Amino acid sequence: MPAKEATEEGISQRARLAQVVNQHIVEIVSDSGEGAQTCGQMFGTISAKMGNGVWTVEIIPAEIEPPFRSRAGASGNRIRVGKGVVTNMGDQADLVVAFNEQVLYSRIDDNAIAKGAHILLESKWKEDRLPEIRAAYAEAMKDFEERGFIVHEVPMEEECLKVVSDPRRGKNMWILGMLSAIYERDVSLIDAELERKFKRKGKDVIQKNVDLVRAGYDWAGENVDLRFRIPVAPSDVPMVVMNGNTAVGLGVMAAGMELCSMYPITPATSASHYLAGSFQKVGGVVHQAEDEIAAIGFALGASYAGKTPVTITSGPGLALKTEFIGLAVMAELPLVIVDVQRGGPSTGLPTRVEQGDLLAALFASPGDAPKIVMAPATIEECFHFMVTARKLAESFRGPVMVLTDANLATGQQNFPRPEVKEEWIAPPVDQSPWDGEVRPYEWDETTGISQRPVPGQRGGNYVLTGLAHDEKSRVAYESAINQRAMEARSRKLAALRKTLKTPEVYGDEEGDLLVVGWGSTLGAIEEAVDRLRDEGQRVSSVHLRFLSPLEPGLREIFSKFKKVMTVEINYSDDPDGLGDARRYAQLAWMLRSETLVDVDCWSRVPGTPLAPGMIVDAVRSRLNAPAEIKRSQSAQ
Amino acid sequence: MDAAGAAAGFCLEDYEGGAPRWCPGCGDLAVLNALQRYVRDEQLPPEKIAVISGIGCSSRLPHYVKAYGFHGLHGRAFPVACGVRSRRPDLHIFVATGDGDCCAIGTAHWIHAIRYNMNMTIMLLDNNIYGLTKMQSSPTTGKGHYSNTHPGGAPLTPINPLMTTLSITNASFVAQTVDWNPPHLYATLAAAHKHRGTSFVRVLQRCPHFMSGYFDEMQKDPMLVRLLTHDKGIAIDDAVKKAFPNRAEHDPSDLAAALSFAGDPEAHPVGLLYSNEQAEHYDDFTAQGLGTDAKAKVAAIEKELDRFTI
Ligand SMILES: Cc1ncc(C[n+]2csc(CCOP(=O)(O)OP(=O)(O)O)c2C)c(N)n1
Ligand code: SF4
Ligand SMILES: [Mg+2]
Repeated sequence: MPAKEATEEGISQRARLAQVVNQHIVEIVSDSGEGAQTCGQMFGTISAKMGNGVWTVEIIPAEIEPPFRSRAGASGNRIRVGKGVVTNMGDQADLVVAFNEQVLYSRIDDNAIAKGAHILLESKWKEDRLPEIRAAYAEAMKDFEERGFIVHEVPMEEECLKVVSDPRRGKNMWILGMLSAIYERDVSLIDAELERKFKRKGKDVIQKNVDLVRAGYDWAGENVDLRFRIPVAPSDVPMVVMNGNTAVGLGVMAAGMELCSMYPITPATSASHYLAGSFQKVGGVVHQAEDEIAAIGFALGASYAGKTPVTITSGPGLALKTEFIGLAVMAELPLVIVDVQRGGPSTGLPTRVEQGDLLAALFASPGDAPKIVMAPATIEECFHFMVTARKLAESFRGPVMVLTDANLATGQQNFPRPEVKEEWIAPPVDQSPWDGEVRPYEWDETTGISQRPVPGQRGGNYVLTGLAHDEKSRVAYESAINQRAMEARSRKLAALRKTLKTPEVYGDEEGDLLVVGWGSTLGAIEEAVDRLRDEGQRVSSVHLRFLSPLEPGLREIFSKFKKVMTVEINYSDDPDGLGDARRYAQLAWMLRSETLVDVDCWSRVPGTPLAPGMIVDAVRSRLNAPAEIKRSQSAQ
Repeated sequence: MDAAGAAAGFCLEDYEGGAPRWCPGCGDLAVLNALQRYVRDEQLPPEKIAVISGIGCSSRLPHYVKAYGFHGLHGRAFPVACGVRSRRPDLHIFVATGDGDCCAIGTAHWIHAIRYNMNMTIMLLDNNIYGLTKMQSSPTTGKGHYSNTHPGGAPLTPINPLMTTLSITNASFVAQTVDWNPPHLYATLAAAHKHRGTSFVRVLQRCPHFMSGYFDEMQKDPMLVRLLTHDKGIAIDDAVKKAFPNRAEHDPSDLAAALSFAGDPEAHPVGLLYSNEQAEHYDDFTAQGLGTDAKAKVAAIEKELDRFTI
């Protein structure tokens, strides 16, 4: 029998043995620079194309160029593939492809791999010329077995050498082929994807990659007994797949903004990278300023001149911007500020996720500086919130902060392709004459909203100032004027709040415990709630998109639950023995003051997204907390 | 002259904002007067003028001009002005800044604004002291001079803002003038405004309140000031010539000579030190795609979305 037919025969036989699963978590880990990330992303894209839900998470090494074969060096991707929509990274990996045994240890250290997981491991190390490497490999093999992993040794390099001369480039594509056989992916989709990805590099490069994918696919067809089938349901609407930073960039354009003024900072920069490459096509520009202060100053100059811009940053950059944010509030200048949160304080964990900037977003500027703060909970919302943020910034004449985080920024998800509307696009700058009777800060009695003239409008000239000012923008130190101006700026939040809907409760509207979350934790929290409810627990959740003003009706919602608890990725003290000295997580802190309800919290700062299993455990333990802890909490 | 302005016929009053609140004899007033006369003479429509400043006595200037103004943050006038310019090639931008505002807290922006060379006129009102906050040393305060932060005298030799500016890559217009010679001040602002790019004008500005008599010597001894003259320089009349008997012919395209005049310990240069019409303009970059209409934008965004559609 010719080899090709033999392979297809083999594959179809094995297909009959395929195990049907609703979801699977796959990880690909390598030394950095070996291409595991590209491989993972493509595997995610192909799966999404076939009609699976996907969520991908980058696995980022601690250093830029870590030594090879080191625990600190693991670089790669986690791809969670599911039957329906996938909203988070899940718990532990079911199948891991590892380029060497050491990078696998960094995942084991992170508790990221399930007992019983399949490990597909590069086997070339067992014949390495260095005895210490051979010994390390042998030792790891024994250890993996003891840990209950099912190891499949795969001669990746050897097989790649049959196709290319330098297997360091290309092994990732071979693996993509292998995974495609295991997960019954349609390899012709990969060809199309490769064609798109390497178009600029030419036919030869495309062909080489196609060959590698085929080789991996065929090899697995003959040599690997694993088959997983995740039922697909192709979408009947067009779908897109992208990460949250790209979604923010696209949202900026769809909002009709024309300027992104920024200073590079991880993990925010890739949003600006994306814009830098594409903004020109829609008539916009990225300004890379000399620092974050200049970035927001430049943005506010453009805003003053009539065009609402965006400035995109992360924690340390936000710290530098605070004085100008205060000016934007004081002088009522529309501006969208995106804070892609990373671990803090100070330089913190630059590549890792945290939700530590909530209170800074609300209060970092000195004095009373009320502003709108919103937080998308999904990658799709990263896109749509930019459109909303621009409109709110203009209608309510002031800065709007949008808090995303490293999880949303680098994670990829598929969602319905947005239908961009012309009315989303900001209108051209109004240059018609200004009615001289209308003062530049003619604050509405109830809403605090006023209309602003823009340079170029005859008769509208005023001198914007950060000093206390009256409705004519004249510097005014009179106590009554200051009181009135502060009130007007504060009223705008009250007015916006009136237009917001009460958030929907996920699960029953009453029960034993309500989890409250915000931002990127939505998927993990709701999955945890599902599991707890399946266990019979009376647990629900609510997820906030507006943090300032807070969405209405919270006290009413909270009143139907015996216990309310936030789940957040920021620091808080656990409730053991600290009494009144206990410090609460940031949303809990806000909710306690807002609702006067004794809101509890569970928060962690692992530098990784929260897994649903962690939340399940946390909620369970609070539900079962000994009576005296419960009492001490309610006594506070 | 702006066509729209000529038709309307603006007079001085049309540019007069709030009544100035500077101390009597403050040199800032001379700059304000010169600016108002100049924009009147040029008939620039007030709505097309943006006067942008930081914080300080000098930065109060926008409040006194009836035009669009932006009195922002201490040290941050330049990024704001550059941002205004980025998408508004039609506006006339004037920036008022002080020696603390520009040469201390705003130093990073000063360097980069000069490098960006976006079309605007910067007026550095240099009184060699912090006025608004009551007599602290500034980076341009003379060594040994008494201030509230250095009662024993400023410990270091002052920074030379002209040499600093001249040394920045892509500098395109650097001039110096004095508040006590209105014709020269006027002519310098005129040349600065007509230059396309960032025109940096340092005005030696008297602060009678905190620096009484500080510039007296310069005013009394004409040899301490050197007027730079050239066809391509600041236009001067006989009265100006008479006021500055110590003169030197200086070609403003000669950077090396400009640096040497700027750093001359014998005499303060007055006039145009340097100008370069060939410098790059960052506003050419930031204005890209201006005026793209909503339809074209939506079409381009749809194309972008195609890239991510699966
Ligand atoms: C961030 C910040 N720091 C300090 C100040 C206080 N402050 C206001 S003006 C000024 C110095 C003003 O000196 P200069 O720029 O020379 O202007 P002048 O008053 O002399 O015209 C200082 C330190 C401030 N407003 N903001
Ligand atoms: S303190 Fe000096 S600079 Fe300030 S207004 Fe008075 S004289 Fe002018
Ligand atoms: Mg000063």
